[in-house]
Amino acid sequence: MTKKQTPFGGAVLAPYSLWALLFILVPLVFVAYYAFTDNAFAFTFDNVARFFTAKSVVDGVEQRTYLVIFWRSLKLAVISTVICLLLGYPLAYIMARASEKRQKLMMTLIMIPMWMNFLIRTYAWMTILQDTGILNSFLTTLGLGRVHIIGTEGAVVIGMVYDYLPYMVLPIYSIMAKMDVKLLEAARDLGCNSVSVLRRVIWPLSLPGVLSGITMVLIPSVSTFYISQKLGNGKFFLIGDAIEGQYVANNLHFAAAMAFILMVILLAAMAGMKKFTNHRVYGGDTL
Amino acid sequence: MKVTSKIYTAIIFIFLFAPIAILLVFSFNEAKSLSVFSGFSLKWYRELLRDEATLQSVRNTLLLAVSAMAISTVMGTAASVGIMKLRSKWLRATLNVATDIPMTNPDIITGISLMLMFVFVGRLLGLANSLSFWTMLIAHVTFCLPYVILQVLPRLRQMDPSLPEAAMDLGCTPMRAFFKVTIPEIMPGILTGAIMAFTMSLDDFVISYFTSGAGFQTLPIRIYNMTKKTVTPKMYALATIIFFVILALLLISNLTDKKEEKQKQ
Repeated sequence: MTKKQTPFGGAVLAPYSLWALLFILVPLVFVAYYAFTDNAFAFTFDNVARFFTAKSVVDGVEQRTYLVIFWRSLKLAVISTVICLLLGYPLAYIMARASEKRQKLMMTLIMIPMWMNFLIRTYAWMTILQDTGILNSFLTTLGLGRVHIIGTEGAVVIGMVYDYLPYMVLPIYSIMAKMDVKLLEAARDLGCNSVSVLRRVIWPLSLPGVLSGITMVLIPSVSTFYISQKLGNGKFFLIGDAIEGQYVANNLHFAAAMAFILMVILLAAMAGMKKFTNHRVYGGDTL
Repeated sequence: MKVTSKIYTAIIFIFLFAPIAILLVFSFNEAKSLSVFSGFSLKWYRELLRDEATLQSVRNTLLLAVSAMAISTVMGTAASVGIMKLRSKWLRATLNVATDIPMTNPDIITGISLMLMFVFVGRLLGLANSLSFWTMLIAHVTFCLPYVILQVLPRLRQMDPSLPEAAMDLGCTPMRAFFKVTIPEIMPGILTGAIMAFTMSLDDFVISYFTSGAGFQTLPIRIYNMTKKTVTPKMYALATIIFFVILALLLISNLTDKKEEKQKQ
């Protein structure tokens, strides 16, 4: 093999390396720098400590403001992710087994909502779920009572599931579409019933898609701030709302501290998940 | 498909399209109400066309998306070529991590991190407004780059390395071999990457929100500011137009696909 395969040598990589350094890595250093400094850029632990210790009184009960907010974000994001998985997995399976023409059509139908601006779609849900909204006028015409959804945690979960369901379906579908049908037939020939084919063949093979679907839903849901503002009526502060609120109030150091904590927690979670994937999918830490 | 699968699929798609259907219907509503339809009218479309700020934001969004796409496609393709030739394992691993960061980090952290740096540098330079079109462009190129690289790099890996070598053996200069052989070979990856970059930029709200200045508003930011107050169906008219533009683009790409298939046959 000749050594000189590209005409440009190292020069082609230089712009991207510089860009990644300046605009990906250095900004993260700035998050840490702002998180651990005060307004005069003197070193302090106050911002990070405030996240863990700040207290406020809600309905006569004293609670740790930001820990409660963070816990709520995590809870709603996990609930939404589980619902997305339960709804999306069967759909991905149905899609992968459909005729080629149908698969193409369903792919397009799944992606159209993704291309529409998510702010407008979320706002549409707000008008649907309102006390005087379409859902309630529909229910009253049917003679059923009204339901109060807007401003509840349920409404926020509906919004998250709606916005992020395609991110769960697509990775699982792309793994399932590549799955060898002969494996399923072989399992059946060897005496598996439908349930055990699903449990012992399809599910383990689709695990990489499931895991990437989980991250693609969990990460945006845990950090969202628009969905909770609109569908939670601003009553349900999530960690994203807290960060955005401090940004608007120009408390950049505290906003940075919360972003820093969120980033560290997510990085740890991702690392844990990667280990789990390697273990379960590749049978050990091969990488 | 079995009946149960059909019903299940239908329910999911009804859930996905219900809000969009409501947008479409109420954009033609005569009254301002978003729950009671009182009569057909095009008045919200007329109002939209008179809303200069929104129209300007559409132009801004397109300008930003095209610029971000062009820069990230060229830089990302060059980077992929460079990464392929990289011998140092350490450097390759570092670059992989750097490429992964904007994709795995939540948008809010990417946005905050860039904003903090821009504000800090702006203060050092003594600028009154540190956020502008340029900071937004930098942010958009940054989050588009990984998508381009992830599309181009696998194409380069799949390519037979003897192809450009053969071209050089036949007398091509390395430069000519690169543009005449390598580039056409990886073109599908470059195109997909460019399209992804364009749509990511077009649709981004969170990162734009933190890195935009007062002077340059994109459509998602304009919509955000509009939904802070009570919204008029004007915005629904806008959503309807976006929907039909997407539909038209999909139909066109579908038709050209079919034509290509026929030509191949």
